[in-house]
Formats: sequence, structure tokens, C-alpha cells
Amino acid sequence: MSEGWPLWEVFIRARRGLSHTHAGSLHAPDAELALRNARDLYTRRQEGVSIWVVPATAITASSPDEKDAFFDPAADKVYRHPTFYQVPDGAAHL
Amino acid sequence: MTTVEYLLGLGDDALVEAQRLAAWCARAPEMEEDVALANIALDQLGAARLLLGYAGELEGLGRDEDALAYLRDDRDFRNVLLVELPDADFGTMIAKLLFLSAYQVLLYRRLSTGEDARLAGIAAKAVKESAYHLDHASLWTVRLGDGTDESRRRMQAAVDELWPYSHELFGWHGDLRDGWLSTVDGVLAEATLRRPAGGCRTSPAADSASVAGWQPRGGRAGRHTEHLSYLLGEMQVLHRAHPGARW
Repeated sequence: MSEGWPLWEVFIRARRGLSHTHAGSLHAPDAELALRNARDLYTRRQEGVSIWVVPATAITASSPDEKDAFFDPAADKVYRHPTFYQVPDGAAHL
Repeated sequence: MTTVEYLLGLGDDALVEAQRLAAWCARAPEMEEDVALANIALDQLGAARLLLGYAGELEGLGRDEDALAYLRDDRDFRNVLLVELPDADFGTMIAKLLFLSAYQVLLYRRLSTGEDARLAGIAAKAVKESAYHLDHASLWTVRLGDGTDESRRRMQAAVDELWPYSHELFGWHGDLRDGWLSTVDGVLAEATLRRPAGGCRTSPAADSASVAGWQPRGGRAGRHTEHLSYLLGEMQVLHRAHPGARW
């Protein structure tokens, strides 16, 4: 029976205003029970106010093999950081 | 007027159910279900502690929650027979939880607005937990009843086997049974399971034994099945061998 239950990824929102963050994964026969299992496994200590569960098979992930092509080109492009202009006096909260 | 007997009945229902559920930890079909059932067991245990603690104070003989849980014999327990019955399989455990939690939701909801402020406080906390227990049991009843041939056969057998014991739940609150029936009927219908005969306690037709069927009871008076003795033997052995032992 164990092999039959698919894997689900769990995302928890800790508080209103924050984004859902990946918390872990679990096994469940369907979405309803996955949500309840997530409640029991990941919010026992008041970690969250909202839960998403997503079938692990529905997630398309970048491959470690593609790491260089995906991420290295960003390493030497400092101009993508907003550091090359003067902040006018009086512009608060930037 | 809240009595010691009444508090013992409610507290023992929760305590014995907690002990039965705890036995599933590491035996459920998946680790996730182990945790879910342990959570429910701890909710029931929490309610039992509050109820037995209150019973001990009301009794005034100096017995605390531990003395009541660990040092009474089976004849002094006031739980309904339903909760002490052994869990023959996963479906039996789920059916028991369905019957018990559907009743506890109605009971605690009523008590939460009752005149006894302390009991109302306990019930107000417990009713939210019971709603979750009912939800868990309902989801599983539907999945097993409307599942495979084998799960359906077992779930129907569990409901048939346990149905007569459901009557004892309403010894103190007979008027809650109609609400209970509408909850349980809805779950059974969604699970495509057949409701056994002997249903409506308050309808005139149900007064005849042939319609009402076999209604085992006696738990509230301390007349239990042999299963409670074995359960208590396991639950109490540590405390009796090492009085006052702590973690």
C-alpha cells in the first residue's frame, strides 16, 4: 500500500502578508488527505495560517546539470543591481 | 448540575479512545496516518485530563487525574462500550472514531454554552478538536466505503458490527441522537454504505425491539466487556509498578 500513495509538496504561509514557503513533502492518497496530513505534520506548533499542497509530479524543476547555463551568466552582470545611480535626497524607504 | 459520574463518563470515553488510538502509532498504513491518529489521540487525552481533573476535584476525595486514570479498576470506569471494543482492523477504528466524534461534536457544542462555566470552557476547547476528528473519520469512511471491494466489505462490516453500540452514547442526551444520525447518515451515504437498522431512537416506531434491535449498554454503570480489562492492564501497568513515575 505504501508504494501506492503519491508524493505531495507542502507550502506553508507563516503569517498574513508573507509568501507560502516550501516546508517539506509527504505521502497521501489524494489532495484532501494531503492537506490534512500537512496540517498534522507541518503546523503542529502554529507554524502557519495557510497551506498549499501540490502533487510532486506537477512540479517542473531545473536540473543540476543545467546549473552552469542557468545561473552562472548572472554572476558578472553587476549592472543588474540597482547601484549605479544617485539616490536623491528626501527619497525615503528605498 | 454536573456530577462526578457524568464527568467520569465523558472523561473515560476520551481516555479509553485515546489509548485505543495510541496503539495505532507505527501500525497505520502510512507514517502520515500514524501522526494524524497520534494527534487525535493526544486531543482526546487532553480532554480526558481536564474532565478527570474536574471530576477528582468535585469528588473531593483527593484523587487527581492520574489517580483516576491509573488506579481505578474496570468496574469503576464509566466509558461507553463502543470505545473499549478492540480495533479488528483500520476500518473498525475509523468507524468507532466516526461514531464517537460525531457525538462528541454535538455534546461539546451543547456543553460549551451550558451553565457550568468550567465544563463550558473544557467543551469549547474540545469541540474544535472533535470537529477535526469527525472530518478525519468521515474522509476515511468515504474512501474505504467507496473504495475497493475489499475496503468496502470491511468498512460495511465495521459499521454493522458497531452500530448497536452507538445507542449507548445517548444515554444521557437522548435528544442528540437525531442530529448524530443526520451527520452519520450523510457520511454513510457519501461512502455508499448501508445504514444498519435500529436507527431512530426518538421515533415511536423505534420503541419496538424488533426495529431498535440489539442495544448493548452497561458501560456507564461499570459493566464492561472483557476488552477493557486488557486495555487497562496495559495502560496502568507502569503507574502501578512504579507509583508516581514521571518522564
